[in-house]
Amino acid sequence: MADFFFHTTLGQILLIVLESLAVLVPLLLGVAYLTLAERKVMAAMQLRKGPNVNGPFGVLQAFADAIKMLTKETVIPSGANRMLFLFAPFLTFSLAMIAWAVIPTGNGLAIANINVGILYLLAISSLGVYGMLIAGWASNSKYAFLGGLRSAAQMVSYEVSIGLVIVSVLLAVGSLNLNDIVLAQRHVWFCLPMFPMFIVFFISALAETNRAPFDLPEGESELVAGFFVEYSALAFGLFFLGEYANMFLMSGMVSILFLGGWLPPLAMAPFTWIPGPLWLIAKILFCLFVFIWVRATFPRYRYDQLMRLGWKVFLPFSLAWMVLTAGFLMVTGLLPGGAG
Amino acid sequence: MNALTKAARSMLLAELAAGMGATLKAFFKPKATINYPYEKGVLSPRFRGEHALRRYPNGEERCIACKLCEATCPAEAITIEAEPRDDGSRRTTRYDIDMTKCIYCGLCEEACPVDAIVEGPNYEFATETREELMYDKNKLLANGDRWESVLARRLELDAPYR
Repeated sequence: MADFFFHTTLGQILLIVLESLAVLVPLLLGVAYLTLAERKVMAAMQLRKGPNVNGPFGVLQAFADAIKMLTKETVIPSGANRMLFLFAPFLTFSLAMIAWAVIPTGNGLAIANINVGILYLLAISSLGVYGMLIAGWASNSKYAFLGGLRSAAQMVSYEVSIGLVIVSVLLAVGSLNLNDIVLAQRHVWFCLPMFPMFIVFFISALAETNRAPFDLPEGESELVAGFFVEYSALAFGLFFLGEYANMFLMSGMVSILFLGGWLPPLAMAPFTWIPGPLWLIAKILFCLFVFIWVRATFPRYRYDQLMRLGWKVFLPFSLAWMVLTAGFLMVTGLLPGGAG
Repeated sequence: MNALTKAARSMLLAELAAGMGATLKAFFKPKATINYPYEKGVLSPRFRGEHALRRYPNGEERCIACKLCEATCPAEAITIEAEPRDDGSRRTTRYDIDMTKCIYCGLCEEACPVDAIVEGPNYEFATETREELMYDKNKLLANGDRWESVLARRLELDAPYR
């Protein structure tokens, strides 16, 4: 059996398909329930109960929404560029999915344990902006277009500080491999020594996923729904899933870069009994809770405030901190790779 | 607050943390939601819902066709036609309320000298067609019969404040 999977072409393809399914099925289920969790958590923070009619505590609400989304009619505006219009949601959705290929759920447990994992993640999350831009342009609607432009500007701005934060983590690790990044946190999670970077990364992650308080690409009050105003039914559903899958992805990145990935908080008996993947899931869920918590707390930023925060606060701050990290590592001789 | 404290508070995201604290506190508070339609809110005796025409305990209808309600109705939703009955008493032959016009101000109830037309506690009378909302005398009297015990109790409770 093992021979078939590892030594024949067909077996290897089958293995990859099975591995992908093992990641994607729980992910999609998680995304479906994240929408429900968001509604429940936001409701609780606003002293409401949230959906509680479909099944016990409303657990079937996610499926009810899915069925609704699938049975509705896909409306394509007459002025739209049909091909691009339909391509955009698939692009957004598939990009949010393929990024999971490199996320390690345990020591070496990734579909593709590649050496430039973090670069791959950065590249994929940057590509996500194309889905929104294409959707905004192909819809041939002013709201969608403005939403698309805003999301592009926003993602480019925050990508810069995300990049610098990642560089300071890489300085401390000395490897671009996600597995090595997690293993470098065996003694202390990076969220402690690099706490300010952790916060900057988290806030940038909010901006990167177009989440409140940075949800101006879809600002309801001025742009109706932003770049996906014209979308309906399945195409809308794909955007929706893509957006929430991106939240999962960003939470995964936060967990891996700063919260020690699959590592338990302390390498001691009661903590090590729980398997690594569960620790990673717990950390991702915690991050997602904070995502929702932030959304329930803060009002939306104005566009110029968003740009000011990105370029005038986060960029110089993360740059200074990166230089500081490099200097500190150099002086103390802790720089990995023996360059010091 | 001097500049240093201000800067420190802003750098440490003190206000943001306080805001997050407030929402987290709300997260664990008991919820204000009423599980309608399984639970319903408490109604004041003055609540102005669906109309009803009441009867005296002996079954005689109260309305004496004085048309004060028709005259006072700001939405002109009430239409009354009247003529003397065989026994000589003045009664309505027609008492219609267009519920799509009614603004539920309660002026008809206040104008009525014999407490015949009242607005009851019922607010669940949505219909599937518009025509069903053109209430006639039979419908209003039936409402009165259906809700009489509640209506009497409400009038009694509200009487000291009238």
